[in-house]
Amino acid sequence: MLEIQNITICYKDRPTVKNFSMTLHRAEIASLVGESGSGKTTVIRAVLGLLAGGGKVTAGDILFEGKSLLKNTPDQWRKLRGTDVSMIFQDSGAMLNPTRKIGDVFVEYIRTHESISKSDAWKRGIAMLERMRLPSGDNIMHSYPFQLSGGMRQRVGIAMAMTFQPKLLLADEPTSALDVTTQAQIVRQMMELRDEYGTGIIIVTHNLGVAAYMSDLIVVMKNGEICDSGNRDDILSGNHSGYTQKLLEAVPSLGGVRYV
Amino acid sequence: MEVKNFVKKNKAFCLFALLALLIILTAIFAPVVTGGVSPTDSVLKDALQAPSARHIFGTDKLGRDIFTRVIYGARTSLTASFAVVLIIFALGTVLGVLAGYFGGWVDAVIMRIADMMVSFPGMVFAMAIAGILGASVRNAVIAVSLVSWTKYARLARSLVLKIRNRDYVAAAVVTGSKTPYILTKYMIPNVIPTLVITAATDIGGMMLELAGLSFLGFGAKAPTPEWGLMLNEGRQFIQSAPWMMLYPGAAIFVVVVVFNLLGDALRDILDPRDE
Amino acid sequence: MTAKQLRKRLLQIILVALGISFLTFLITYLAPGDPVRTMYAAAGIMPSEDIIQETREAMGLNRPMLVQYFDWLRNCVKGDFGNSYAYNKPVAQLLLNRLWPTLKLSILSMFLMLLVAVPIGMAQATHKNSVVDYALRGITFFGVSMPNFWVGLLLMLFFCVRLQLLPVVSSGGDFKCLILPSVTLAFAMSAKYTRQVRTAILEELSQDYVTGARARGVKEWKILWLNVFPNSLLPLLTMLGLSLGSLLGGTAVVEVIFSYPGMGGLAVSAINAYDYPLIQGYVLWISLIYMLINLAVDISYNYVDPRMREKR
Repeated sequence: MLEIQNITICYKDRPTVKNFSMTLHRAEIASLVGESGSGKTTVIRAVLGLLAGGGKVTAGDILFEGKSLLKNTPDQWRKLRGTDVSMIFQDSGAMLNPTRKIGDVFVEYIRTHESISKSDAWKRGIAMLERMRLPSGDNIMHSYPFQLSGGMRQRVGIAMAMTFQPKLLLADEPTSALDVTTQAQIVRQMMELRDEYGTGIIIVTHNLGVAAYMSDLIVVMKNGEICDSGNRDDILSGNHSGYTQKLLEAVPSLGGVRYV
Repeated sequence: MEVKNFVKKNKAFCLFALLALLIILTAIFAPVVTGGVSPTDSVLKDALQAPSARHIFGTDKLGRDIFTRVIYGARTSLTASFAVVLIIFALGTVLGVLAGYFGGWVDAVIMRIADMMVSFPGMVFAMAIAGILGASVRNAVIAVSLVSWTKYARLARSLVLKIRNRDYVAAAVVTGSKTPYILTKYMIPNVIPTLVITAATDIGGMMLELAGLSFLGFGAKAPTPEWGLMLNEGRQFIQSAPWMMLYPGAAIFVVVVVFNLLGDALRDILDPRDE
Repeated sequence: MTAKQLRKRLLQIILVALGISFLTFLITYLAPGDPVRTMYAAAGIMPSEDIIQETREAMGLNRPMLVQYFDWLRNCVKGDFGNSYAYNKPVAQLLLNRLWPTLKLSILSMFLMLLVAVPIGMAQATHKNSVVDYALRGITFFGVSMPNFWVGLLLMLFFCVRLQLLPVVSSGGDFKCLILPSVTLAFAMSAKYTRQVRTAILEELSQDYVTGARARGVKEWKILWLNVFPNSLLPLLTMLGLSLGSLLGGTAVVEVIFSYPGMGGLAVSAINAYDYPLIQGYVLWISLIYMLINLAVDISYNYVDPRMREKR
């Protein structure tokens, strides 16, 4: 479904990601792991055409459902975002306009991609929130982002991202701002999405535990380049470079349970 | 060699500095530039003549050559604006440094006054002061200074507070340095660069304020050649002799543009953080 | 703003007003010029020295300065700002008559200013560091350097004298009289605000929610005008309040040029005539209005910014 072919991404003529390739199929979960600054977020931003501040894909290609994304016009990009490809962030609450009610933002989003009435969009929003097991969706729709807890905001973000049942969900550190209990809930919820809708997921994380728990594929990045990649068991069972070994050793064991 | 490098690196600044220098020189050598024509002697038979070869900017209602008056006006405007900037720079720096360094009641008194000055429109007050003290350039300078020093005091104070508790200051205190020494050696040099930038960018604005006061009749008195005043005189002849207001206004505009550009260029050199 | 902050602000306003009133009173007290002579001169009478002395006594001008001040202050609190020497009418009434024209002028010029500054600032921000940005920045730079009285005169020369489209004297009450004065005031302000709008928009554009909205595929114009723009107005609100306040006091030049019947023009003639009660009243009124507008702006944040609403 998604094929990233040997891309190089440059900011101001300086490559931040070099020769990156990966392939993701339907209902697969892939993790991009690596320390901060390793270029993992840049990769998924490139998939959504959302490179910040003058970043550019200078070589390679990104194919989505067999079509090159890099040839997209701005309008084609816009129509793709939030429908077939969605994104959730470290703090999805911060990705909502702080001065508008969640419901208004939600309705604006739904009506961007589908011509339905405001009240229908509102109901659709509530339904999505409730599907993410957020109680009293109407209440949330009437709230401002800062009025919700981090975990709730994250689930709102996922609910929004899933509105149009995207084929591909990009998740940028979706759990790192949350406490451990909430982390586990969010991780499980994302895995259910895959099972339920067949959504392919790329999750960017520096938490190897999360990566190991939920993904089929793991890509380890360092300094903008792929250091190791392969299916989970391969990577975890020792078929890897020294850098990955160090990352693995750095995973703390929590309560004696160690996924890795 | 060093000069050459500096010029190369700061082309804009050098250009504007040159222009500003040109303006200042014109003001100083006004008698030479105008060929010895008096800016105040009236020749009534020449009144209200349109610009011509003899009077390139025309003449005013008293037959005075407007070109001459515009050139001499630079003296008044430049002196007055420099005076204001110098006064508020000195006053603001001293009061701000004192407030920041000593804190306590000194700080409270100075800053409460400063607070008061910013919590109402300064120009209204300046107008009242200048008007009541009597129209003169000096009084206009006093009035504008009185309402404009607070910005410098606030800046100086905050800059002093930033280094007040640094180790090297504490060390100086502990080793028995006298307070005046600490103030002049550490505090003042620390605040000067930022305040110089502010002062440089303020010259143009102050010129506009002063010209505004003169325009309203609260600044320069006739027959002083002053641009604001000339505009006010020209206003009555807008239908019959529009050149009376065109040239003095253009003079203010050009000079303010040059000094604003110079101020911005200076800021770019001294404070490169600012994009 | 909490109730406690509000009380503090009100107290501050009262203190500043007291300070200003005292300063104004002090200056008029120390100033040259004799109010009694001024008053008689305004009435066209040349009285003898005896009469002048008697009048001074009757008006209480021979009392110590502080006594006069507190007397005046007490009356002010009651709403009596004294009588104008030159007009021989209550100061409050004179000011009130001129308040609305000046307010009308100020609000219209702010509106015109926003009409210019917002699109230009927006264009600059969305085309940051492009040719468009630099060109517009250059234009606004010249705008800031134009003396507004010159702008006023140029407009007058062009529209009133050359084209004869508008009246030279704007003392009538109709809309035509408002056009040139407000355009003049808006001119310099728009140059200043264009920069502010640019900065504010750039600040908002760098916020995460913009990325969020783009990631959801929201149309760019909706992001700009329905999200970024309203939010960027929040930091501008305080500035707008300050500007409106200063405008009320800063319209003098324009009012004089266009003979517009506002407070500024009244103040200029009061200062020229040494009409002390009117000057004192004017400075006090303008200061109070200025502070109250700013207070109102700060309070309004409680309503327009949901984050502030929560903190209350």
